[in-house]
Amino acid sequence: MSRTCTESDIRRWRASTVDDMTAARRVDRVRKRSIKVEAKVRLLELALSMVDLTTLEGRDSPERVRALCRKAQRPYASRPELPSCAAVCVYPSMVPHARAALGEGSPIKIAAVATAFPSGQLPIALKLEEVRRAVQLGADEIDMVINRGAFLAGEYARVFDEIVATKDACGEAHLKVILETGELGTLDNVAAASRLAMAAGADFIKTSTGKIQPAATFPVVLVMLEAIREHFLETGTKIGMKPAGGIRTAKQALHYLALLAETLGADWLTPDLWRFGASSLVNDLLRQLLWRAEGYYQSPRRFSVD
Amino acid sequence: MDNPAPPHPPDTRHRLRLAGALELSPSIEKHPVTIHERYGHFINGELVPGQGDESFATVNPATGATLAQVAAAGQADVDAAVAAARKAHDEVWSKLSGLERGKYLFRIARRLQERSREFSVLETIDNGKPIRETRDVDLPLAAAHFFYYAGWADKLSYATRGAPPRSLGVAAQVIPWNFPMLMLAWKIAPALATGNTVVLKPAETTPLSAMLFAELLQEVELPPGVVNIVNGAGATGNLVVSHPGVNKVAFTGSTEVGRAIMRTIAGAGKRATMELGGKGANIIYADAALDQAVEGCVDGIFFNQGHVCCAGSRLLLEESIAEDFIARLKRRVETLRVGDPLDKNTDVGAINSQGQLRTIERYLEIGREEGATVWQGGACEPPGSGYFVRPTILTGVQQSDTVVREEIFGPVLACLTFRTPDEAIAKANDSEYGLACGVWSEKTSKVFRTAHALNCGVVWANGYNLFDPSSPFGGVRHSGFGREGGIAGLWPYLEA
Repeated sequence: MSRTCTESDIRRWRASTVDDMTAARRVDRVRKRSIKVEAKVRLLELALSMVDLTTLEGRDSPERVRALCRKAQRPYASRPELPSCAAVCVYPSMVPHARAALGEGSPIKIAAVATAFPSGQLPIALKLEEVRRAVQLGADEIDMVINRGAFLAGEYARVFDEIVATKDACGEAHLKVILETGELGTLDNVAAASRLAMAAGADFIKTSTGKIQPAATFPVVLVMLEAIREHFLETGTKIGMKPAGGIRTAKQALHYLALLAETLGADWLTPDLWRFGASSLVNDLLRQLLWRAEGYYQSPRRFSVD
Repeated sequence: MDNPAPPHPPDTRHRLRLAGALELSPSIEKHPVTIHERYGHFINGELVPGQGDESFATVNPATGATLAQVAAAGQADVDAAVAAARKAHDEVWSKLSGLERGKYLFRIARRLQERSREFSVLETIDNGKPIRETRDVDLPLAAAHFFYYAGWADKLSYATRGAPPRSLGVAAQVIPWNFPMLMLAWKIAPALATGNTVVLKPAETTPLSAMLFAELLQEVELPPGVVNIVNGAGATGNLVVSHPGVNKVAFTGSTEVGRAIMRTIAGAGKRATMELGGKGANIIYADAALDQAVEGCVDGIFFNQGHVCCAGSRLLLEESIAEDFIARLKRRVETLRVGDPLDKNTDVGAINSQGQLRTIERYLEIGREEGATVWQGGACEPPGSGYFVRPTILTGVQQSDTVVREEIFGPVLACLTFRTPDEAIAKANDSEYGLACGVWSEKTSKVFRTAHALNCGVVWANGYNLFDPSSPFGGVRHSGFGREGGIAGLWPYLEA
């Protein structure tokens, strides 16, 4: 299926504006939600099952990736009943090591960042080649970056076409489209880019690479969720959401899930439609879960770094 | 041409499962508060039992249980309070320098901040409003008011354009039950900053926070008689405002009572400010940021169960977006939690009294009879006991309907449509009231044109129910006269 976008599509995406002040007030209100006892345990476990455990460093090694895979499978060895993470997120070169560690048909997905992550500054042909290679090597999910240069220059059709081409290159693999909201500058841009990405075939929209500050923020996630809601109401298609970067505490994660539940409802409270792009978050989730079970806070040292 | 239909109208087949999606365990605020069995009055720096035998009960509207018995002040109590205020004014307070008065106000503000949680819990128990609001809005704003007017106390000549500022004397202040502590602060802070002394009568359904405030005044060693508090219902209020020893009357409450007070004090040479009812219009243009405008409607009408004189109780929607917007609003309402006001997650608490509950239910009945479609939503069922109303949206109503013209003072929103800005303005102004309106558009020129054409005291642009002590608040027409807050809030308490 070939997707195209018209001038009127673009005008419509651009027309959906956001009032920053009131968006901030909405977010503040969600962050006052007091999530305690049973509800807290339930949401902490859900959050754990939604983590894309991530390592995206120049110094990544096969051994580090193997460690990450082990942690994703079994976040805390003494509590094997806790859920495993949703996925590991790595560079394409690390995909074979992750596949070897997790095995074929693993319930834990392998997500590969591609399209010249994080900047996206390569010719489209090379970006597509990288995507095809990552899928060949065994990636289940591709996290691409949009062409922010083109977006900010107003070349929306080009951004759109690149996403369409990347989606084609993915084949069966799921496509997450990183908007890199920290570079988009305004919530209006975030709203437009979200709509553009979904129309172009994104399975997930994702805030950030984690390499740019600010990364995921509550107002940005609110705006993206509202865009997903509009898309669903128009088309019936459920698009997933992945905030990434800067989510370190269980409290942040719980409030993101509250925002999700109050914006998109019960159907989105699943790893199929929500992921946390994070690494250190897992240990804080574990710490909170063990506090509920054991009555005191564990030393952070009790949990492995990777 | 003006309003093209959206190219992809929302498909109503696709439903979001919002209600109950966020399952939360109870999270009850447990900060301890002391509630005495009986309350009297605060006169001349002393908590006194009251001279008469009459008393009344104050109840917890979330349960209907009686909290305490409160003495109703008669003539003797009011005489004593006014005499104490007069003496304190003539001998102490008006003679203090502005700097010294400011110090007391700063002390009150600081102590109010320090004991904020205690006040919040007590206010929530007595009033029924959610702890989230008393904690995050009522008490922080009350303290901010004292801080703000503390700063004015030694700078009054800047408010009088250089003329020597002179106080009026004794101010009789009658406040409502919807924001007991905040209205107390709005009344007492500017009065004290300008050198006046006060006889305050809290509402009979919400006297407890004012009595805790009396204890706070003892704690900060405010000179006796500067603030006096007498409890009681309308009869007591009448004694207070009609007392010949009073120089100034400040009233916040219903238009009906405000009118009666004006009749009572006519010709007595008393200065007056009246902050009365309202029927605020929230105007949503098609070019507004719609999801945020939805939030503004929620802030406008479901804040404090709609017990807000400036509530945005009329929603005026540009016709091209009306259906879409109401669908968005209903989705948002499905996530509002109605329940125990002390639960930190409660969005909509209890209606303040059984009487007010009946009033709201009567209006809904009238609305149905006059042809309105009544929709009620929420994330959960309200508790079985106590006084609760689910957030309510009325559609299919017209300008002539009772529910569009009269102030309901509950979580009830009447939705109407318009096609052009002129029509929006005409409909917004088509009201006896004139307190507050909201305008939502991303087009600044349209916002300003509309705001200037609205005949009311307050206009919010892309926001609603936002308060700041530096910003004057008040109405026109049946919504009253005089301003509270800001520099304008000083003038009613100073000799012209």
